Amino acid sequence: MEKVTLTVNGFTQSVLVESHETILDTLRNRLNLTGTKKCCDEGTCGSCTILMDGKPVLGCLTPTLRCVGKEILTIEGISSGESLHLVQKHLVKSLGLQCGFCTPGVVMTAIPFLEENPHASRNEIKESLSGNLCRCTGYKKIIDAVENAAEEMRS
Amino acid sequence: MTGAIGKPTPYIDAVQKVTGQAMYADDYKFPNMVYVSCLRSTESHAKIKSLELKKAEASPGVVAIVTGKDIPVPFGVLSISRDETAMAIEKVRYQGEIVAAVAAETIEAAEAGVKLINVEYEPLTEFFTPQDSLKTCTPDEQIHAHTKDHKNIHKTAELRFNEPEKELETAKHKQTGNFKFAGVTHGFTEPHSAVAMWNGDETLTIISATQVPHYLQKNLSKVLGLPLHKIQVKKPVLGGGFGGKSDPFPHEMIVSFLSKKIKRPVKCTFSREEVFITHHGRHPTEINMSLSCDDGGKITALDADIIIDGGAYGSFGVVTSYYNGVLLQGPYLIDKFGFRTRRTYTNKHQCGAMRGHGAVNPRYAVETLLDMMAHDMEMDPCDLREKNFLSDHSSTVGEFRITSNGIRDCIAAVRKKSDWDNRYGNLPYGHGLGVACGFFISGSALPILWNRYPQTVVHAKLDFDGRIVMFSGASDIGQGSDTMLVQIAAEELGIPMDFVQVEVSDTKTTPVDLGSYSSRVTFMVGNAAKSAASNIRREMAKAISKEKDTPAENITFKNGRIFTNDKSLDISWEEGVEMAMAGRGAFVESGFYISPKLGGNFKGAGAGLSPSYSFGAFISEVEVNPKTGETNVIKVWGAHDCGKALNPLAVEGQIEGSIHMGLGQTMSEEMRYKNGQQLNANFFDYRIPSSLDTPDMDVTIIESNDPEGPYGAKEAGEGPIHPVLPSIGNAVFDAVGVRMMELPITPDKVLKKIKENA
Repeated sequence: MEKVTLTVNGFTQSVLVESHETILDTLRNRLNLTGTKKCCDEGTCGSCTILMDGKPVLGCLTPTLRCVGKEILTIEGISSGESLHLVQKHLVKSLGLQCGFCTPGVVMTAIPFLEENPHASRNEIKESLSGNLCRCTGYKKIIDAVENAAEEMRS
Repeated sequence: MTGAIGKPTPYIDAVQKVTGQAMYADDYKFPNMVYVSCLRSTESHAKIKSLELKKAEASPGVVAIVTGKDIPVPFGVLSISRDETAMAIEKVRYQGEIVAAVAAETIEAAEAGVKLINVEYEPLTEFFTPQDSLKTCTPDEQIHAHTKDHKNIHKTAELRFNEPEKELETAKHKQTGNFKFAGVTHGFTEPHSAVAMWNGDETLTIISATQVPHYLQKNLSKVLGLPLHKIQVKKPVLGGGFGGKSDPFPHEMIVSFLSKKIKRPVKCTFSREEVFITHHGRHPTEINMSLSCDDGGKITALDADIIIDGGAYGSFGVVTSYYNGVLLQGPYLIDKFGFRTRRTYTNKHQCGAMRGHGAVNPRYAVETLLDMMAHDMEMDPCDLREKNFLSDHSSTVGEFRITSNGIRDCIAAVRKKSDWDNRYGNLPYGHGLGVACGFFISGSALPILWNRYPQTVVHAKLDFDGRIVMFSGASDIGQGSDTMLVQIAAEELGIPMDFVQVEVSDTKTTPVDLGSYSSRVTFMVGNAAKSAASNIRREMAKAISKEKDTPAENITFKNGRIFTNDKSLDISWEEGVEMAMAGRGAFVESGFYISPKLGGNFKGAGAGLSPSYSFGAFISEVEVNPKTGETNVIKVWGAHDCGKALNPLAVEGQIEGSIHMGLGQTMSEEMRYKNGQQLNANFFDYRIPSSLDTPDMDVTIIESNDPEGPYGAKEAGEGPIHPVLPSIGNAVFDAVGVRMMELPITPDKVLKKIKENA
């Protein structure tokens, strides 16, 4: 086991982890941040997307040791304020979710994408979500929600 | 409708889901919990010669190890085919079958323990294709000892009405096709997970990702020898099911047995590979089907011979065998009708129920043959279908009672929106349009486990705080049934939705419900919820009437007020609650749904019986590259008759999700095997459509107002998938003139057919 210092959602703490451990397992099993979901654990589905220094990474392919000295943001850190992020708000409103299991990953993909691409077209939004598998919605209402969020963010 | 019904309504649990706060099975953790890892068979069909556990038992952190002999009682979702045990006993029947399970202090310690178990196998003859399984073998080679005539046939289902074979022999207009469908799997995102706890009062609690807590409770009782009243099954938030979480599963038996044995909470969560191996998806299917018409285009007969590859165990297979045939009785009137389905056991992962259960593949066959017929008779494929639709309030040859039927509105809608009449047959080479229709049950009229109870009961509780709590055993699996319960109570009582909350899917606190399958929840649970909430209203009106000396029938509940039209009574909801509770306190009212007696008196008459049926028509547009064979679905127009959309957002979501899943099976999804081993047990190689593969979708909801559905509603979760696949196949024909008789429609198959045609 190794003692590492991690900064997750703005809070810095020491954690004992295995050297081969992924940040997904550290978040879920050691920090009790279970909002980040384990769907495939092999980098195929996007469900465990988190932000490392503002960039989306797959939690299941990221060793915890690589997260030392970085700012990690998870779904729990997105709406810690009083209201939902606009992406979340529109996912709720447009039913851009059904079972909800892929949803944290979708939120964590869409937010940095819209921050970098506030004027993204519908096709660009579609492309940005192509690494997030959803089995319930057929994606239409997810894309609608992200598009609506982009519009509201611009206004 | 003046309240919540019929309005686009976000899910009541949506905020929990977008913030990561929703608790799925694997998110639960309990003090002193142990973790389970499973040893899985590396052989497809073999005797277990020896199983050596000593080294594993001594491994650090290992708490207990169980094998098949510890939990020998067979189980299965259907009482007529309980052919599975928690782990293999004496022999294994597929690669990946659980042979032993190790519980340890950490998951890593459990995995390390598994690696130290030694198993010796003695290979038996392996059966990988249904054709092999149809042949006679020696008793020793039989996959299951109970199959007849020394063949590995699990079930033969056959029904025949008015000698279709005779009509087909002499028919002038006849189409015959041999179709082949690869197996596909549900692909839900949340892996199976269960955590069991043995409680101090000698009861069991299991939190499991299940669609049907009721089946799990019953099967656990049998397997553990524990009375039903000592078992609590709780379904937490569920990450998708599509039929794949409706069987009782081995890991659920294992964690329950272990928690009872070691008196500690026990958890087991599957890896994605284990989810693929557990499977229970759509059967690989081969269909030989013939269909005939008279000169006017009226269908005269349909006959089908179907073989479905069931894999190693029974699951829902008996039902699947019947559904492959009986659900072809709509949406067209066919008086001479017959089918035979044979389900074989093979040494592969078992197949079961998946969205559109049993009817998706044969629907492709029917709709393709109709398209071929229209082409040969030089008729428009939409016109041909319109000549043959069942009418509303009619009956099929197998005595299905048809009530509401919006199929004509469905086809009219997609015909118009796609500009079919101007574009079909007139698009340039490489572009095409195709049409298909569908039909599905709104819940089975007969329960799978026979009993004399209603299909569902809902309790509504009123208490001093003015809150209504709806107690239902129905499972919200992402389709939004919890939200529906709230909408219905709010509608019946004229209160805002935030006065209503739910307690659901817990066999200890909620009244028994048969689960989420067969598209039964909106129709059956909706009716029961409506009745429970209206009984609360009746009780309240009775009390208010007495206190205010006003006839109860004059009292209206609306917009949070309780009043008479002349306003001699005009009180708030809270005041009404206070009056209703005076002298009696909080109370619960019950509502139930029981299906009317339906169907004929022949053997097999119960299969496919439903109090109501949904209908739909879809048109797809495709682009095929004739040089590469690559097919892109550009747009899908879908119209589905759901009776009445209680929540239009949710109905659209179901239709769009059906398009996604239908697209996947048509274009890319396939369970691929070599010698019994799956080659693509991951999302890289098993390709479900991504956002980029998704076509434009134009969804139309048709409301035929079913006379017996709640507010006129019927199903929308499964019916919409059926027309998707054949509409794409027929569009490929319109584009490049080749008939795709095998799914998935991969570029190599299209290219081969184009070359053969040239």
